[in-house]
Amino acid sequence: MHRPTRSAVLPAVLPAALALCLSGLPALAEMPEGISHFTLPNGLETVVIQDHRAPVIVQMVWYKIGAADERPGKSGIAHYLEHLMFKGTDKLEPGELSKTVTANGGMDNAFTSYDYTAYFQRIASDRLPLIMEMEADRMANLKIGEDDWQAERQVVLEERAQRVDSEPRALFAEERGAVQFYNHPYGRPVIGWRQEMEGLTRADAIEWYDDHYSPNEAVLILAGDVTPEKARELAEQYYGPVAAKGEAEPRIRPQEPTQRSPRRMEMRDPRVAQPMLIRSMLATERNAGDQKPAAALTVLAELLGGSMQTSVLGRELALTGKAIWVNAGYDGLSVDPTTFSVSMVPAQNLAPQDAEALLDKALASFVETGPDEADLERVKTRIRAARIYARDSAHGRAYDYGQGLATGLLIEDVNDWPDILAQVTAEEVTDAARTLLSSKATVTGWLLPAEPEQQAEAETPASSGGAAAQGRPPLRPTPRDIPAEEVQG
Amino acid sequence: MIRAVIAFCLTVIAVPAQAIQIQQVVSPGGIEAWLVEDHSIPFTALSLDFKGGASLEAPGKRGAINLMAGTLEEGAGKLDATAFAQAVEDLGANISFDIGDDSLSVRMRALTENRDQATGLLALALTQPRFDDSAIERVRAQVQAIIRSEANDPQAIAAKEMASQAWGDHPYATSVNGTAKSVAALGRDDLIAAKNRVLARDRVLIGAAGDITAAELGPLLDTLLGGLPEKGTAPMPDPATLELTGGVTVIDWDSPQTIVSFAGPGLPLDDPQYFAAFVANHILGGGGFSSRLMEELREKRGLTYGIGTGLATGLFGQTWRGGMAASNQNIAQSLDLIRQEWDRMASEGVSEEELNDAKTYLTGEYPLRFDGNGKIASILSAMQLAGFPIDYVNTRNQQVESVTAEDVRRVAQRLLDSDQLRFVLVGRPEGVPVAAGNQAPDLSD
Repeated sequence: MHRPTRSAVLPAVLPAALALCLSGLPALAEMPEGISHFTLPNGLETVVIQDHRAPVIVQMVWYKIGAADERPGKSGIAHYLEHLMFKGTDKLEPGELSKTVTANGGMDNAFTSYDYTAYFQRIASDRLPLIMEMEADRMANLKIGEDDWQAERQVVLEERAQRVDSEPRALFAEERGAVQFYNHPYGRPVIGWRQEMEGLTRADAIEWYDDHYSPNEAVLILAGDVTPEKARELAEQYYGPVAAKGEAEPRIRPQEPTQRSPRRMEMRDPRVAQPMLIRSMLATERNAGDQKPAAALTVLAELLGGSMQTSVLGRELALTGKAIWVNAGYDGLSVDPTTFSVSMVPAQNLAPQDAEALLDKALASFVETGPDEADLERVKTRIRAARIYARDSAHGRAYDYGQGLATGLLIEDVNDWPDILAQVTAEEVTDAARTLLSSKATVTGWLLPAEPEQQAEAETPASSGGAAAQGRPPLRPTPRDIPAEEVQG
Repeated sequence: MIRAVIAFCLTVIAVPAQAIQIQQVVSPGGIEAWLVEDHSIPFTALSLDFKGGASLEAPGKRGAINLMAGTLEEGAGKLDATAFAQAVEDLGANISFDIGDDSLSVRMRALTENRDQATGLLALALTQPRFDDSAIERVRAQVQAIIRSEANDPQAIAAKEMASQAWGDHPYATSVNGTAKSVAALGRDDLIAAKNRVLARDRVLIGAAGDITAAELGPLLDTLLGGLPEKGTAPMPDPATLELTGGVTVIDWDSPQTIVSFAGPGLPLDDPQYFAAFVANHILGGGGFSSRLMEELREKRGLTYGIGTGLATGLFGQTWRGGMAASNQNIAQSLDLIRQEWDRMASEGVSEEELNDAKTYLTGEYPLRFDGNGKIASILSAMQLAGFPIDYVNTRNQQVESVTAEDVRRVAQRLLDSDQLRFVLVGRPEGVPVAAGNQAPDLSD
């Protein structure tokens, strides 16, 4: 199969390289330095993030469709289709997109979450036309061959076996989600329930693609070594001709009713070495023009669990030797209400119920006293510094804008977010904590090792020595808690 | 024709030296560092690698260096753990310590406005760590938790078994974490001794990038490291001898999937055939979705979610290794395919098309790594750790370009032989013949 694409693209190589030298920026009102934004006539919203320090470009296309939009009985179709998006078009053989990117020195991948499905490439910036042409092609012309869809279904089942079925924590997270949400599809796993994945077909995939893959339901992010003028010119050239499939539909999903019963769960598994407590509670998300409640929750999570040495739970539980590890997690980038969570691994000599009582006490006392002013100041200093460090990674900023716009925020909301975080008051944080702690919409889960007799059977010969520096993985989580995301690759 | 044009463009346009100027800086006190200046963002990234890392362990003290590294951030000078962390956070700085088989790595990011204060705090952690008993106990509890978790993690079980078969008496053979028993026995004196073995000026390699000039970096280095001993108390370890034999080891693990780890002989970074092996590995199993193994196992047959191989080029010992996970019933077929591809590379070599695609990727990907101060600083210290010259970034792509199909075939014939490949399987693989003596002992008592 031969791609007229290649020869059409190549002449652009030199002019693109020259264009780098001519980057005169037009004044773009209200946009942060280096950020620009436009929408093509077919509805494709585009954000350009300039960073000319290295000859690198990242292209991301975020479709505003994800696992939470699936029909009951078809769980996993959003993620399965993501895999099938690599199976070619009229112009591209199965696998050719990735091979072409790789053969040009780049890398590509994709990921699916509840609210979006995203595809990206990272490559030398003079190759931008090549990857834009291929990405635009599969936005309109996906072809799923008879030979490909069944093998790929096996691949996603193996992915499930590797990432969920083999990981007690992932299995437990799946069941906790199902218990947290009575009615909202956030209660189903992104990758799908196994028996439903086994029944997904090529026809399901094609229907999903035809219904949802359209420029007016997508966001294009170009981050790195490109000017806004060049970006717009290329976007018009490659994505401009892709016709929208009807009007963009509002994303209306079944919502949660009032939840009146706090829930408790316990899972035992011989593969679990350390008891672990995770309590999640329904919490509001970031909304366009209305991000203050989510900002208070974001600061609250930092104050409670952002650092093992300085956070409230760190000082109360980890420094006192009551817990080996503590954390608080919240990510407001979500279409519908999401969860706030606190978690701990208790010290070895502490019974689970005693550890939980200490956690409850620390949280109650925080609601009573509110945050220490110096703590709040420190968290804001970290947020301010993080904003500067974030400019070191065009790829990271591409995520911020893509995820924001794909979950229904406007670009102004993404731009304003650091300022909104900086304005959070102690009172707002205390109120947010009080609301969460009095909530009945909670799930308290204990993940525990097997009962002693079960445990004996599972002992392995691993204690005698062996290998490879693994660092300290579960105990030092990244501050940025990414929710259930399935990454291809 | 088209491919040839692309390759040409990349080598011309994308050599990072055109974008990156590495300066060699020597401080007034004689400490050397490599620097890439970029003043567009007001912060500096610093990367220190102390050569030797956990391989400098004292006999009978396995885990001491890891425990020491984990306790460095838990208070220094007059500041206890909380006060130290608060002081770092008050500046908006980040400091982290990480231990590996070859290096103890220190990373710092600091805003320009208070870089000197952040440097002072890191200097305090490196030169006057408190090692308070309460901090040691806390970090010890974390390490013990990791040791317990790894004993129940099939991935870690496979890695441990492979290392233990591969490296005999060398520290590479055991986990940097130590064992429950060895870690329980460590005391504060052991941490101080461990620090003196590793943290010294004669073994530190430094990379800096960002909003700092050479004139500013010099004095900063003296502040940061001037208080460290001139020489580490531990000699560098001898090279390890690879003791791996071909065959299959099965460790029983109740799971629907089996973890597969495999390894054979590798080669060091300064081996004349290194770049040929690097290209061969990319084609065999290193190239993401487009490698031969990915094609045969995932794309054609759906046997696994992913398979990859890599050259493990440790400073003191090397392997050529790979890994995957697959359902128990897929394992026998997967092993056959891995062996088949291992040997096919040695017998048939690679096609010109594969070779050109691999080179275009490897030369094109290289400059993409240098796209941020944090990444650049880490690359600069890692290059020195590997013993590369300062102009390596200019010559590296030429070395990739000069690899021929014949070079690839020769190095594959030297190193890739499925009879020398050791598989460690953790799971309940179906239909895999295991030679007598290769069944790992069952310690369920």
